[in-house]
Amino acid sequence: MIVKQLSVFLENKLGRLTELTKVLAEHDINISAFSIADGTDYGIIRCIVGRPELAYTVLKEHKFSVTITDVACLIIPHKPGGLYHALQIISNNNISIDYMYAFAAEHDAVVVIRTESTQELIQILQDNKLELLRSGDIYQI
Amino acid sequence: MFWNKEIECSSRNELHNLQSKRLHDMLLRMYNNVPFYRNKFTELGIHPNDITNVSQLSSLPFTYKQDLRDNYPFGLFAVPQHQVVRLHASSGTTGKPTVVAYTQKDLETWTEVMARSLTMAGISNSDIMQVAYGYGLFTGGLGVHYGAEKVGASVIPISGGNTKKQLQLMEDFGSTVIACTPSYAAFLSESILAEKLLDKIKLKIGVFGAEPWTEEMRSFIQNSIGIKAYNIYGLSEIIGPGVSMECECQNGSHIFEDHFIPEIINPDTGEVLPEGELGELVFTTITKEALPLLRYRTRDLTTLHYDTCACGRTMVRMGRIIGRSDDMLIIRGVNVFPSQVESVLIELAETTPHYTIIVNRENNLDTLEIQVEVVEQYWTDEMKVLDGLKKKIQHAIANLLGINASIKLVEPNSMQRFEGKAQRVIDNRKL
Repeated sequence: MIVKQLSVFLENKLGRLTELTKVLAEHDINISAFSIADGTDYGIIRCIVGRPELAYTVLKEHKFSVTITDVACLIIPHKPGGLYHALQIISNNNISIDYMYAFAAEHDAVVVIRTESTQELIQILQDNKLELLRSGDIYQI
Repeated sequence: MFWNKEIECSSRNELHNLQSKRLHDMLLRMYNNVPFYRNKFTELGIHPNDITNVSQLSSLPFTYKQDLRDNYPFGLFAVPQHQVVRLHASSGTTGKPTVVAYTQKDLETWTEVMARSLTMAGISNSDIMQVAYGYGLFTGGLGVHYGAEKVGASVIPISGGNTKKQLQLMEDFGSTVIACTPSYAAFLSESILAEKLLDKIKLKIGVFGAEPWTEEMRSFIQNSIGIKAYNIYGLSEIIGPGVSMECECQNGSHIFEDHFIPEIINPDTGEVLPEGELGELVFTTITKEALPLLRYRTRDLTTLHYDTCACGRTMVRMGRIIGRSDDMLIIRGVNVFPSQVESVLIELAETTPHYTIIVNRENNLDTLEIQVEVVEQYWTDEMKVLDGLKKKIQHAIANLLGINASIKLVEPNSMQRFEGKAQRVIDNRKL
C-alpha cells in the first residue's frame, strides 16, 4: 500500500520546472499527482508518476536532486465531510501529517499523505475501513 | 617596555647609515648568489658597488610574488641548501605555493623581531601565552612561538581552532596572552561570553594579525572581554609575523627598519610617494640570508609615518592595512575573506564548499548573500528541515563574521567548479 513519491529540489529559476517535465515527457512517464511546496528561493516538487524507479534514474541522469519518499494514498468519497472524516481518524490516533495534497476524480478523491511512519498510517486507515489506493493503481491513473 | 631599546630608539641618522651598509651587503649577496637578481642588475646596468646609500633604493627594480612562483621552489635562495634550516610555504591556493627559507641567523633575526614585538605589547616572562595561530607550513604559529619563548613567556602551543579546548586551557592554565587572527579572536570573545567564562579567565593581552582588521573589530574584542588588543603585521616572504608591531600607543605599527626597509609607492606607476600618503607597501629585507628580497611588492595598501612616537621609538609606523588588492571584501565595515565563508561551509556537513558570495548595497547598507549547495545526501523533501539548515548556516556565518547573511540554498552540483583561481565573489556595489 506504500506509494513511492518523487521529491525534487528545484531552485526558483525560470524554466526549471519546464525542464523537469520535459525529461519526464521524453521518457514517456505519466504524472498522476503533482504538487509544489514553494519557499523563497527554492521549491520542492512532489509527484506521483508511473514507473517511479525509471523516473528517479532519468532525473538523476539529468542532474536533478531527486529522492523517493514513501506516502500513503487515501481514497475518500468526493462529497462534503469526506476529508474531515479521514482526518479525524488520523488525528485521533495522534499522527501528525508532514504534508498532503489531493486531487478529485468523478466520484472519489485521492489524498496523498506524508507522515513520519507511512506503515503506521496505513495500518490505522485500514483498521478504520478506509480505502487506500494500491501503488499499482495510482501509477495507472 | 623595550626588548632592544638601543636600536628601537636609535637616531634616524644612525639607522640610515646602518641601512645603507646592510643594503649594499644584501645587493652583493644577491649579485653573487642569485642568478635572477644578477641578470636583472646586469640588464639594468646596475652594480651593487654603485649602491652605497639607502636613498638610492628607489632606483632599484621591484620583486613580485610572481617572481617567487617563477623560481619555485628554491630558485631565489641566496645560500646553498646545507645552510637552510627551515622552510615554510603558503597554501598555494592560487597555484604553486610560495616557498620561503631561513638560515640559522634568519631564525635568530625572526626571534629577535618577535621578541621586540611581544615586549612592545607588554609581554614578559610573567605571562602565560596561548599561541592559537596555526603551526606548520604557515609562519604564524612558529614565528610567534619562538619570540614568546625568547621573552620568557610560558608558551602554550595550542595552534588554531578547537575552541572548546582553547577556552578550557585559558581557564585552567590562566593564560594572560592570546595570539591568533582577529577574526578568531572575535569568535573566541563571543564564546567566552556565551560560556560565561569572563570571571574565570585572566586574559589581558591579545596579539592579533595575519589578516587585515578594523578599528571596530579591535573595540569589539577589547570591550567584550576586557583585554588590550595589539596588531601584529608580517608576511612570510619578508620573514613572517614580526615585520611590524603596535606599541602601547596603538597608533600604527613600528616597522623594524634595521631589518626591513619599507617604502610606499603608487601601485600603478611604481613611484615612491611622500610621507603620509596612501599607497602600496614595499619591503627590502636587508639582513635576510636565505631569501633576500629587493623591493618586494606586498599589495597591502597603507601609509608610513616617520615622526617619533610617544612611546619613544624612532622606528617608522605603518597605518592599518586599508586593503589588499587580492580578495578581501569590506562588508558593513567588517573585513570578509571568502575563505572565512568557505571555512564555515566546510565545517557544516550539509553544505559543499561550492558557493558564491554576492554583495549589494541597498539603501546605503551592504547586504551579503551566500548561495550554497546542499550535499545531495542531506537534502530532504521537508521544507522545515531545509529552512532549519538555512538558519544554521546563517548562525554559523554570523558567529564567525559578526554579520548577517541571507542564505540561498541551491541545487547540488549547480555551482560552477573552478580548476584555477575560483571566482566566488560578485560585488555589485558601485563604490
